[in-house]
Amino acid sequence: MRAQFVVSEIGVGLRRNLTMTFAVIVSVALSLALFGGSLLMSDQVNNMKGYWYDKVNVSVFLCNKSDAESDPNCAKGAVTEDQKKQIMSDLDEMAVVEKVTYESQDEAYKHYKEQFGDSPLASSLTPDQMQESYRIKLKDPEKYQVIATAFDGREGVQSVQDQKGILDNLFGLLNGMNWAARAVMALMLVVALMLIVNTVRVSAFSRRRETGIMRLVGASGFYIQAPFIMEAAVAGLIGGGVACGFLVIARYFIIDHGLALSEKLNLINFIGWDAVLTKLPLILATSLLMPALAAFFALRKYLKV
Amino acid sequence: MIRFDNVSKVYPKQSHPALRDVSLEVEKGEFVFLVGSSGSGKSTFLRLILREERCSHGQVHVLGKDLARLSNWKVPQMRRQLGTVFQDFRLLPNKTVGENVAFAQEVIGKSRGEIRKSVPQVLDLVGLGGKEDRRPGELSGGEQQRVAIARAFVNRPKLLIADEPTGNLDPQTSVGIMKLLDRINRTGTTVVMATHDQNIVDQMRKRVIELEKGRLVRDQARGVYGYQH
Repeated sequence: MRAQFVVSEIGVGLRRNLTMTFAVIVSVALSLALFGGSLLMSDQVNNMKGYWYDKVNVSVFLCNKSDAESDPNCAKGAVTEDQKKQIMSDLDEMAVVEKVTYESQDEAYKHYKEQFGDSPLASSLTPDQMQESYRIKLKDPEKYQVIATAFDGREGVQSVQDQKGILDNLFGLLNGMNWAARAVMALMLVVALMLIVNTVRVSAFSRRRETGIMRLVGASGFYIQAPFIMEAAVAGLIGGGVACGFLVIARYFIIDHGLALSEKLNLINFIGWDAVLTKLPLILATSLLMPALAAFFALRKYLKV
Repeated sequence: MIRFDNVSKVYPKQSHPALRDVSLEVEKGEFVFLVGSSGSGKSTFLRLILREERCSHGQVHVLGKDLARLSNWKVPQMRRQLGTVFQDFRLLPNKTVGENVAFAQEVIGKSRGEIRKSVPQVLDLVGLGGKEDRRPGELSGGEQQRVAIARAFVNRPKLLIADEPTGNLDPQTSVGIMKLLDRINRTGTTVVMATHDQNIVDQMRKRVIELEKGRLVRDQARGVYGYQH
């Protein structure tokens, strides 16, 4: 097959349904940008999980004097030295525990002052009202339940709190957004595929004279179909390129510049360029193969030998 | 070259068959007229030879091949040995005469050098030498049909199928086209031509096959168009 002949046929075909080609490019670009975005989003969530789960603690709060009056969990009074020793030695024996630190009332008061120093509530607070606590670092942050069952309801323990629970809400939200993005992507993908099938059909119809002659003079099925398939692939690839551009620009403006989240939210460990760049070949390959396959199957129906 | 054995063709959703139990043979180098009124099955007959349709019963052999057993992907290979000419010329309006003829060679992967050599040659043969760069719209009907014949003949087919090639042309131009087809026939190419043109058939005195309501009603060497006309 002569390349020049094929290339010129593709050019003619793409220009002939310019509007349809444009629609294909836009829908492929949008669906693949969403596809890449959702991949990056889940990368980001995993990244944050690794980062934050490392820092989260399970806290065992102990009863103080004021809890003894108000909190039903502390009905038997404030925690005693014996109880504290028992809790400490129990924690030391547990396999899931990596490290335990004790926070006294004074330390808790200090931390609180550091965090909320200016609030009116903080100024009325005294160290007496703060709770002693054990801050437990787990080997596996998912094993929170082991601590909870062992200490919840024990005498002298007011509550067992898992900071991971708070994070899980956040990650749950992010994952939810991610699934929503995937749903939109799937929808856009279906739209893109239907557009491609339709474009190919229109294209095949508008060139039925040429293809009819090609059939008569004995051009092979592949030779007749190749220009249509390549047309779809070229339009798809342009869309894929646009999608890649979207992702790079998004990474640039959201994280580094413009919105500059990396400066404003320096507690979050953002994904790097490598995460973005490794997605691009996948997107380009998808943008090339998906329309080509769609065109191939569309032609089986509309362009019989 | 062509052999029909008890061939019938029934199109889906139609009660009457387009062809009924047709058997005949066309030898290499023959010139055959296919006559009959509209709806008699001429087009179906040609479509079966080109394998645009498959027959419902019987066997069709073209160039020694049983078309029923020919797999789809081998059909193009078979068609390269056939040339086709139609009443409506079927030229590409936005290509020049030369490009139209070259198209038939490009799509079967002939080299550029080969194309450059054979296109002027075949245009000379059909009497269009020097009109390579004209577009079909600038030519008369007879000239356009010559381009179509050049395209059909450029790959030197063993069999030329012509479906009413003079149907859109005046009698004088038609004679020119028939002389051309006769010349092509003399190079050894078998020609099968469907026509309504009584004068041409009567003048040429070639073999005449007549179909009526899908049946073969006459097969006559050196025949005329018909008794009733």
